[in-house]
Amino acid sequence: MTATTLLAVGSGLRRGWTEFRHSLTSREDLIGYLGIVVLFTGMSTFMRGESVRGTDIPIANMWLAGIVGFLVASTAITTVAQGLAVDREDGTLLRAKAVPHGVTAYLIGKAVYVVCVAMASVVLLLIPAFVFFDGFGVYQPTDWITLAWVPVLGLLSLAPIGAILGSLISNPRATMGLVMLPFMGIMAISGVFYQVTGFPEWLQGLAQVFPLYWIALGMRSVFLPDSMLAIEIGQSWRLGEAALVMGVWAAVGFVVAAAVLRRMARRESGSRMEAGRRRAMQRA
Amino acid sequence: MAMLDRDRRRTAAADRADPDPAADPAQDAVIQVSDLRMRYGGTDVLKGVSFTAHRGEVLTLLGPNGAGKSTTIEILEGFRTRSGGQVRVLGTDPATGDEHWRARLGVVLQSWRDHGRWRVEELLSYLARFYGPYSSPRRRRPRPVAELLETVGLTAHAGSRVNTLSGGQRRRLDVAIGIVGNPEVLFLDEPTAGFDPEARRDFHDIVHGLADEDTTVLLTTHDLDEAEKLADRILIMAGGRIVAEGTAEGLAAQVPADAEVKWTRDGRRFVHSTSDATGFLRGLLAEHGDAVADLEVRRASLEDAYMSLVHRHESGSAEQAALEFAEEIR
Repeated sequence: MTATTLLAVGSGLRRGWTEFRHSLTSREDLIGYLGIVVLFTGMSTFMRGESVRGTDIPIANMWLAGIVGFLVASTAITTVAQGLAVDREDGTLLRAKAVPHGVTAYLIGKAVYVVCVAMASVVLLLIPAFVFFDGFGVYQPTDWITLAWVPVLGLLSLAPIGAILGSLISNPRATMGLVMLPFMGIMAISGVFYQVTGFPEWLQGLAQVFPLYWIALGMRSVFLPDSMLAIEIGQSWRLGEAALVMGVWAAVGFVVAAAVLRRMARRESGSRMEAGRRRAMQRA
Repeated sequence: MAMLDRDRRRTAAADRADPDPAADPAQDAVIQVSDLRMRYGGTDVLKGVSFTAHRGEVLTLLGPNGAGKSTTIEILEGFRTRSGGQVRVLGTDPATGDEHWRARLGVVLQSWRDHGRWRVEELLSYLARFYGPYSSPRRRRPRPVAELLETVGLTAHAGSRVNTLSGGQRRRLDVAIGIVGNPEVLFLDEPTAGFDPEARRDFHDIVHGLADEDTTVLLTTHDLDEAEKLADRILIMAGGRIVAEGTAEGLAAQVPADAEVKWTRDGRRFVHSTSDATGFLRGLLAEHGDAVADLEVRRASLEDAYMSLVHRHESGSAEQAALEFAEEIR
């Protein structure tokens, strides 16, 4: 690695951390982080006392595991897509282009930022969950290892999709609608909040194509006892298959995202940005 | 706002004294553009633009909105791919310029609103770091951040968040970021839009200071007054072409010498247009003598010619306006 590349990597790390620090001191962002925690903790509390049918495991615990998976996935897709769309509109990306190795640092910075945001969201959720929900915790050393790698691979598998969406969407205010709707659809079939074993088999098959199912499964394997395996497909946590599916998505995603990002970054110019700004003002 | 300080000037002077092995006459042409064409969605935005900028020169692209100024500058910055023609910036085709080439340029765009959550000094230091590896004894990179904040008058706002700056302060920060890498070529797209007169004068000082350090400056503006104050040379653009080129004085001299003579006689107002104002006045005074009052002679200025160009350009006939202006000024 040459000195300049090393500097770009260092600048990217610094950039990601700085942006994350800004996010933690921004009122809107904090409301976002804490709002999700309060909402989901509240939902889970509401389900207290109910057990998953055929087991003695509280539904709340299964939900919490699913929510961790949901937070990882939604950070990877919406934070990345939204961030890219905004950065294109306000000139952040063009600024990066105007600086030597700036785009490399920008992308590394974005990755660091997304990892930090995902970690913060998960930690903020887990702290009250560990304290207030009986039996919800990480009990096996191997579960800690799973908790370390599944979210990371989950982020890697979905972030390229976020990057592609963020490169294609020209209006940042439309991002939420365009991204969240399909995301919610996939979430509904991926067994984030309930077992997919009750679904028709073709739907179960479809759900297992997408990474979200495997992220949620991995999180259930961490937070739920093995007695829950009775209601999982194949009565196994299938972590090897999870790694494989997420790995394929990550590899293919990165190749496609790199091409889309390159094309998008190349096309970015002052007059495009100006035109976007005018359109935005007209809509406002 | 302080001028670029004395040490910096001495460095620049020392650099000049130390002869650059690459300083042959061909290298002196920092920007070379010939027959540049841009076609966009079926319309020709640029129809064969040619010009050259030399080291340390301040060149202005002057013209009404839609004349093709921003497109030209974006192609030179390497942000847009041209449809045809030859372009060289620092000897490199911007379409294939690498990061090393990029490090020698400074760019200030029209509508940056980025990094709103960053603090002024935080952002400037972050961006300054990228230029470190490209420093040389002749061109120290980056510029010291504290000194640069002083130069653009933002020292008092070093700790402010960027999105709390006023429009003028924001532009000063953009200019500071544009020159933090001590560029050899600086591109400025409408740099003083939204400046108050004082900020504008300070900005002019900065640009003159940069030119003294051998930085080539290419800027766009639609304001003739600004072009006259700043530029060593003005290129007037209209309808995707350069319709006139020269120093402010040179362009003014090209404007037809018709003068407008106004006077009153016996309470009545008279106006007469002539190419020989002196001869006409001699005759007028010989004939009417003391009866002539409120005498006023006004040469058609570059401003008049430019204003009528802008007017015709904006009323839709860009092509026609460009041709007429070119005709008129010849």
